[in-house]
Amino acid sequence: MTYNDKVVRQFVIMTVIWGIVGMLVGVIIAAQLWLPVLNLDIPWLTYGRLRPLHTNAVIFAFGGSGLIGTSLYVVQRTCHVRLISDKLAAFVFWGWQAVILSAVVTLPLGWTQGKEYAELEWPIDILITLVWVAYAVLFFGTIGKRRVSHIYVANWFYGAFILTIAVLHIVNNLSLPVTLGKSYPIYSGAVDAMVQWWYGHNAVGFFLTAGFLGMMYYFVPKQAEGPVYSYRLSIVHFWALIAIYMWAGPHHLHYTALPNWLQSIGMVFSLILLAPSWGGMINGIMTLSGAWHKLRTDPVLKFMIVALSFYGMSTFEGPMMSIKTVNALSHYTDWTIGHVHSGALGWVAMMTIGSLYCLIPRLIGEKKMYSIKAIDIHFWTSTIGVVLYITSMWVAGVMQGLMWRAFNADGTLTYSFIESLVATKPYYIIRLLGGLLFLSGMFFMAWNTWKTLGSKEMKPIPASEPADWGDHA
Amino acid sequence: MLSNFWHWYVIIITVVTILACFWLLQWTKGISNRDEGEGTGTTGHVWDEDLVELNNPLPRWWLQLFYITIAFSFIYLALFGGFGNYPGVLGWSQENQYNEEMQAANEAQEAIFSRYRQLDNETLITDPEANATGQRLFANNCAMCHGSDARGARGFPSLADDDWLYGNNFDTVMQSITNGRAGMMPVMVGGLDEVAINNLVAYVQSLSGMDVDTAMATQGKASFDMLCIACHGVDGSGNQALGAPRLNDEIWLYGGEAETIRKTVTEGRNGNMPAHKDLLSEDRRRLLAAYVLSLSS
Repeated sequence: MTYNDKVVRQFVIMTVIWGIVGMLVGVIIAAQLWLPVLNLDIPWLTYGRLRPLHTNAVIFAFGGSGLIGTSLYVVQRTCHVRLISDKLAAFVFWGWQAVILSAVVTLPLGWTQGKEYAELEWPIDILITLVWVAYAVLFFGTIGKRRVSHIYVANWFYGAFILTIAVLHIVNNLSLPVTLGKSYPIYSGAVDAMVQWWYGHNAVGFFLTAGFLGMMYYFVPKQAEGPVYSYRLSIVHFWALIAIYMWAGPHHLHYTALPNWLQSIGMVFSLILLAPSWGGMINGIMTLSGAWHKLRTDPVLKFMIVALSFYGMSTFEGPMMSIKTVNALSHYTDWTIGHVHSGALGWVAMMTIGSLYCLIPRLIGEKKMYSIKAIDIHFWTSTIGVVLYITSMWVAGVMQGLMWRAFNADGTLTYSFIESLVATKPYYIIRLLGGLLFLSGMFFMAWNTWKTLGSKEMKPIPASEPADWGDHA
Repeated sequence: MLSNFWHWYVIIITVVTILACFWLLQWTKGISNRDEGEGTGTTGHVWDEDLVELNNPLPRWWLQLFYITIAFSFIYLALFGGFGNYPGVLGWSQENQYNEEMQAANEAQEAIFSRYRQLDNETLITDPEANATGQRLFANNCAMCHGSDARGARGFPSLADDDWLYGNNFDTVMQSITNGRAGMMPVMVGGLDEVAINNLVAYVQSLSGMDVDTAMATQGKASFDMLCIACHGVDGSGNQALGAPRLNDEIWLYGGEAETIRKTVTEGRNGNMPAHKDLLSEDRRRLLAAYVLSLSS
């Protein structure tokens, strides 16, 4: 029996390509915020249409391909079996790429449901559902055929991610189609807003957190060549994380028409979420703790440790921002954008990049990428890029919040909105620079991936024999 | 308000979920006791050749952090409301917070506004403090259309010149701010062909002394006299009672290029100044009117 690494390789390559595309669109819209004329007066290139393309491309195309690809790699290795069906695997790959291509076409055309991170219209939503169900069958079917009794912790997180995203996607996208390109949600008013942010925050919790924790639990110990720090901690923070995340959505709707009790619940559950989130960080960092000396020579581990640090930082920042008093200042400002990118670039992208650098050479039976130097350059461009990005947005966000709330003795606002925009402009330039640096690193990755895989023929890798069935439990 | 069923539903699932976290921590403490003999060795499972797990106890500081957030949650929900329909012990709500802050602000500002109230309109226009407040109100409420310098933009009249659509009487300006204005230019050229429309456009341009084809303008005058003078007047000097713009000066609301005038006469125009009756108090509207008039006087 051999592993199905063809689908893994396809997803991995597309992860790198979509990463470049998604981040490039991000850089373009960051530049537009600095110089609005850069939309060239072409409707398809306006900020309002490219912004959802950016978010969809980085989350679902880059992040999604990375998650699906690594999960199919991990589930085979940790269950010691081949995927249950090569055809289903091919369908998942081509189906997911079709979803992304439809997004690339329809979003610039202005087709949108108007729901953040759920912009895609109903025909594409149906395609997503089909692909996702196929993915779930493939993943859980393979788990079902495993040759070891215990399901490895990475698979719990991948599994929670797959199940929950299915539920979130279906519930938030329930709508009445009017034409091929237009539909209306079945919810209205505050209920619609609540469903949207229940979806939106859990997309963060299960797509961008649980999924990538799954990635972390396989690739960190693999690359560090050491044991996972605590099985017990992984149990506690897994169950607490998936139970608590579900409740945190209302913190996106503080001081709105949402009832008071719901806002309060959203806030306290977001605070409780701090410990379960940090449980993952602790387990990751402590797993690396036996391998500190390797950080000098292994930039892949550097990606992982920095990713875990950003994870810890954003999951501290998030609960703080959910406190109503803090939220009253931070909400609607660029602080939120900074927070999101400390998670998205610092945690999600850097963990994906580190994991792929670990995975790619293993596809051809090797342990190292073609160029370690290129990985190191990539590491520094990414790290400096993220730091520039989030610090500029912190400063900009706090400044905007303070400017918007300042008022004079006669009750008038001290600053008009345009004045806060003018004051933000320098920070938009710094942010653009940070984004450009992060994007530039991705080109090193593309080159390195090409050099590592390009000339080599992939030989099927035989499935490793489990030590024993292991029915201790 | 939640119905009785949902009220209890919310309370029960909230409390049960938070307590479940507490129970989870207690339960794993049990695991740690059970494992004491094994120390912190691996769990005995091996995946993919070399993946193994240690079973270190939960870090104490992390456990305490978890307990603190759980305790805080119950205290917060009790104080600020969160158990279904029960209001919090503190009686806090965002509506109360808003009303209290607004009341405090209004009381604090009363001294300033009571002085303005005692000034008559003419004095208000020249009062520097009133104009300073007026300018800030303008920046917050009007600048997005009329520009931060009040010089307007295409479709939004300049308020800093001496050309007025509805007149520069204080009460008229107050009326514009309070109840808004709907400036409607209907399409009147339905019966004209292309040539006649071009001629009309040339005539409109000639009214403000632009250099146009005299023959065309002369021919266009007939259409103007038939279709436009009812609102814009015989000589194109407009009508402030209707808000019909003056056409015989160099100030254009939408633009004086032939193409723009063509668009105006063939498609009509709809200008909308929103009513601010419910958005700004009368004190503030007066200050705005005074500020706007101070710009042109």
